[in-house]
Amino acid sequence: MSMLSRVAENVYWMARCIERSENTARLINVTTNLILDLPRSANVGWEPLIEITGSDEIFTEHYDSYDEKSVLRFMIADLQNPGSIVGSLQNARENARTIRDIIPRETWERINDLFIRSKKQAQSGIARKHRYDYLQGIILGAQTITGQLAGTMIHDEGYDFLRIGRNLERADMTTRIIDVRSGDLLENEHENLTPYENIQWMSVLKSLTAYQMYRRTIQVRVRRPDVLKFLFKERNFPRAFYHTLCEVESSLAHLPRNKGIKKQLNDLQKIVLDVDPATLKQNDLHEFIDTLQLKLSEIHTAFSEVYFRTQA
Amino acid sequence: MTIRWGSYKVNGLYDELIRAAGKPRDAAKPLCEYFHALKDKEIEEYKAAAELAIHVMGVTFTVYTEEEGSIDRAWPFDIIPRILDKREWDEIERGLIQRVHALNLFIDDLYHKQKIVKDKAFPGELLKDSVNFRKQCIGVSPPKGIWAHICGSDLVRDKDGTMYVLEDNLRVPSGVSYMLENRMVMKRVFPDLFEDYSILPVDDYPSQLYDMLAELSPRQIEKPEVVVLTPGIYNSAYFEHSYLAQQMGAELVQGSDLFVDEKDIVYMRTIEGLSRVDVIYRRIDDLFLDPEAFDPDSMLGVPGLMRAWKAGKVALANAPGAGVADDKVVYSYVPEIIKYYLGEDPIIPNVPSYRCINKEERDYVIQNIDKLVVKPANESGGYGMLIGPQASREEREKFVKLIKNDPRNYMAQPLLTLSTAPTLVGNRVEPRHLDLRPFILSGSKTTVTLGGLTRVALRKGSTVVNSSQGGGSKDTWIVDMEAP
Repeated sequence: MSMLSRVAENVYWMARCIERSENTARLINVTTNLILDLPRSANVGWEPLIEITGSDEIFTEHYDSYDEKSVLRFMIADLQNPGSIVGSLQNARENARTIRDIIPRETWERINDLFIRSKKQAQSGIARKHRYDYLQGIILGAQTITGQLAGTMIHDEGYDFLRIGRNLERADMTTRIIDVRSGDLLENEHENLTPYENIQWMSVLKSLTAYQMYRRTIQVRVRRPDVLKFLFKERNFPRAFYHTLCEVESSLAHLPRNKGIKKQLNDLQKIVLDVDPATLKQNDLHEFIDTLQLKLSEIHTAFSEVYFRTQA
Repeated sequence: MTIRWGSYKVNGLYDELIRAAGKPRDAAKPLCEYFHALKDKEIEEYKAAAELAIHVMGVTFTVYTEEEGSIDRAWPFDIIPRILDKREWDEIERGLIQRVHALNLFIDDLYHKQKIVKDKAFPGELLKDSVNFRKQCIGVSPPKGIWAHICGSDLVRDKDGTMYVLEDNLRVPSGVSYMLENRMVMKRVFPDLFEDYSILPVDDYPSQLYDMLAELSPRQIEKPEVVVLTPGIYNSAYFEHSYLAQQMGAELVQGSDLFVDEKDIVYMRTIEGLSRVDVIYRRIDDLFLDPEAFDPDSMLGVPGLMRAWKAGKVALANAPGAGVADDKVVYSYVPEIIKYYLGEDPIIPNVPSYRCINKEERDYVIQNIDKLVVKPANESGGYGMLIGPQASREEREKFVKLIKNDPRNYMAQPLLTLSTAPTLVGNRVEPRHLDLRPFILSGSKTTVTLGGLTRVALRKGSTVVNSSQGGGSKDTWIVDMEAP
């Protein structure tokens, strides 16, 4: 019996939303740390968080200023923001509900529990005092779900759609983090900030929990070209762009009617492997990232057309 | 020794297990002895074990709340089973088969020549007012002339012990999954009781259901595609839809998963492409089935489904329009319907109903209004009803006027007192009112579940057994006392 398109789509979105909640939590965590580290004159602020997630439009519609409280409320608890932590988890839960026969019962309970907790305790994530614990709880909760699925769900087509959803979401978030963080750097790049350049690149890595792995793999000091190379091209780091594409590719191989998407995916892999990040000036980098995001969104559309919106 | 049957009060009602204080019915004797021997602590343990089993098996029904979206709640379950002697059950089973057979002939006749109307055994004007008569179904001939493939009839027992049919559910009857799960729970919690008794099994319902559905396939192929069509997760019976689909190995689909092409073939959308569907066990009401044929605003249905069904390219169970026979007023004609089509007297009686459209019956109603329940023909949910014994003189007089002004809109029934069965309240037993819903499958052969779903009103004195209003359920045992 082949899998229903709707079920495949629900699995896919459930995975994307869980991944999104985790990434958002990481992003907030690292931004909080960065702001504490940098001198006031660096003036990084909370606005980049909104830019990274591409939610400027909804934000300005409902909020007047980019102050810490507003941004955090928007990113954590606001259900009008589908990318907020609580919003993503609510979405994940609604998708999970309809596929309870596909996912292990324990996983459904974890998703349900994580959503309820994230909502109940949202206030403690907005205020600084317990923010770290709250966000760490979200990250841990999302990782538990991912681990549980890897360890207990049958690795059939459903699991393939799960991995595809998770990795496309991850790929997207990685490009967003690089884009906005590195954008900041250029604008703030004047003499007396140089000592902090290193800190900002570290923050890019840390948003992706990539700092330690970067050190182990690259073994040089944190520098722009190396960071970019690592985050775009590293085959073995789970949050590197190229790696996520390889994950999608390996799951896609199990699916029927995969030729067209496989070609799109391989084209995108080639683009990433061929680029030399060191030669990309800030504007080129921004354009390059735009291209990647466009291609990702085309791949998502292709999945949707081939598998989720099956027509005659 | 906590449960003392000697102090259990039957109160002049019919109790399913206890004939009189301290005197269990024959079939209930071993059960009563078993419970009598239990200590408080053991009762607590059994209750906890049953609750755990229910939780683990995920038996839930859905309650919708604004705050959290929809949530699943466990449905209260009483561990004392309701017991029926197989000798009585055999008769009930024959009666249900007779009834459903006649109802199917009736529905088929209504959508074709309407002989029963022409022969004046059934008033044709009732069809005009029927909210469940579908003119879209006129002239359609489903396989074997069967319209109501799955029927759930509610049985109640009055204080003199007579079992009546209170209503027939011919559209999308629900509850069978609870019947199945209740048995699973009991077998897990009281394995030793099952050794003492010869209890007839209910577990083969899903496979009987599957066989009956597969038989309807328009394509004569070895493995026709059978699907369960659900309105989705917000429906209160979603648990059952998903449970039955799993048990049958059928796909659980929503309207948006299905697609009808211009050749009237139904497909489901899968990741491999479109895949043909042969039989749909639909758990969506008629009016939401197909926006092309019925409600154009329905988001639940499948455009073109009625076309496909009429063209014989897909089977629907139950057939659209089958609900015409579970109308309140039509119900009162079922004895005549059985007589007309089968030439037999009904084996299980209807609750006696007086139709005010007939002068003699109307006079009786007016004279005895203080003893009767008066119901308007086209209302449901207890609206516009008069409960004679509890009504004031003014209310009764008002109803006499209403009846005289519009006699064909009213019918009346005597007030029944539902039978009771011992139910755990804390660690003691008290009588609680209950009903019984057996399920009847009609295909090339007709099968009746061995027992059915017993619903019990958990509030003292209440006769409302609905899950949404403080009802619970019990396992139902048909026991063969003659088995070796």
